[in-house]
Amino acid sequence: MRRFSLTLPAILLAAPAAAADLNVTVQIPQLNVAEYHRPYTAVWVEREDHSVAAQLAVWYAQKESKEGAGTKWLPELRQWWRRGGRELQMPVDGVSGATRPAGDQKLSFHEGKAPLGQLAPGKYDLVVEAARETGGREVVRVPFTWPASEPQQLAAQGSSELGAVKVDLAP
Amino acid sequence: MTKHSLKWGALALALALPFSAQAHKMWMVPSATNVSGNDPWVTVDAAVSNDLFYPDHMPVALDRITITTPDGQTAKPENALTGQYRSVFDVHLTQPGTYKIAAVNGGLFASYEVDGQKRRWRGEAAAMSKEIPSNAKNVEVSESINRVETFITNGKPSDGALKPSGKGLELVPVTRVTDLASGEAATFQLLVDGKPASGLKVMAIAGETRYRNAQDEIDATTDKDGKFSITWPHAGMYWVNASTQDDKTGLKQAKVRRLSYAATLEVLPQ
Repeated sequence: MRRFSLTLPAILLAAPAAAADLNVTVQIPQLNVAEYHRPYTAVWVEREDHSVAAQLAVWYAQKESKEGAGTKWLPELRQWWRRGGRELQMPVDGVSGATRPAGDQKLSFHEGKAPLGQLAPGKYDLVVEAARETGGREVVRVPFTWPASEPQQLAAQGSSELGAVKVDLAP
Repeated sequence: MTKHSLKWGALALALALPFSAQAHKMWMVPSATNVSGNDPWVTVDAAVSNDLFYPDHMPVALDRITITTPDGQTAKPENALTGQYRSVFDVHLTQPGTYKIAAVNGGLFASYEVDGQKRRWRGEAAAMSKEIPSNAKNVEVSESINRVETFITNGKPSDGALKPSGKGLELVPVTRVTDLASGEAATFQLLVDGKPASGLKVMAIAGETRYRNAQDEIDATTDKDGKFSITWPHAGMYWVNASTQDDKTGLKQAKVRRLSYAATLEVLPQ
């Protein structure tokens, strides 16, 4: 890890602007609770100043009602909401979707293509936030440096509402 | 009941009547400060009490409440009722942006003597000359403006409702007022009649005082620009309060003008 970051600037200069990949696996844990609802979940890329570099995914209840049952509870994803979720007009093509079941949810993003777009070289956090009706809320962050000079597997572990969050970077 | 405590009771009552926000805490607590969806509503409790935020003393008068909408207009409190200890009303957030809900109390308070008897009076300027007898002696008049506020944001925050009225003690958020988070510092500015109020003591107290054995006040003082910062130690609803007095009364008989401001602010977990 340390060796990487030391050699990175040199590689950055030399590397051609190739389309890099960012693959994310979000593990939604199986919970043994009396009342279970799939969690509202948001995935985004955050800059060091906490501004949003890319909104990657938001999963919420898609049912329609007078009060907008799905969107009414989006502020429960508190960090996401405050950091920029509230700037979005739902639904967002290629970003928003239905809540997902327990298990490994795999997401692939490509540089230059929505919703990742172009990320300026630098340090970021891949942030996943999950909030569950009648349950808890958890935020997991995976710091990474973009672009990667060689394939890199990063991960962080949630403890309640999220399991492992894996980030695979391909240069 | 001893004579001593009777005397204290009378004093407390005398203080409570004209300046209830100083003797007790006046507050409004919204059911949410960040909302979304097609048809968001928030319900608000408004009361005067010592413990935060438990209604156990007096309700806030509903006719004192103004809801300022993001476009700077006003909206009506809906489904309003006043109970023994609290008033309740709903805010229908039909616009995106930040709403300000304010309860402004004020008026004149006078003490005087008639035939050697001490009397007190409170009311509006127009009624004062009629209601205080012309043979009253030692008439002392003071003026007060007490402002109590809270804020709600529907979707993206906005500033349209946050413009100060320019009258009395008011707060202008520097940090987004509905974006407060535990462990983070938030900055605000206090104004008197629209001008920065420097050197004012500000006190913040977290709610749920019933479940701890100390007030755990957080103190701050405004700088030369009237600004102060508070770093929230934990999530919760906080009551932020400041008061001051000056001689800028609107009525020549009134020598002192007492000003107070209080806001209920929500701090969310990280």
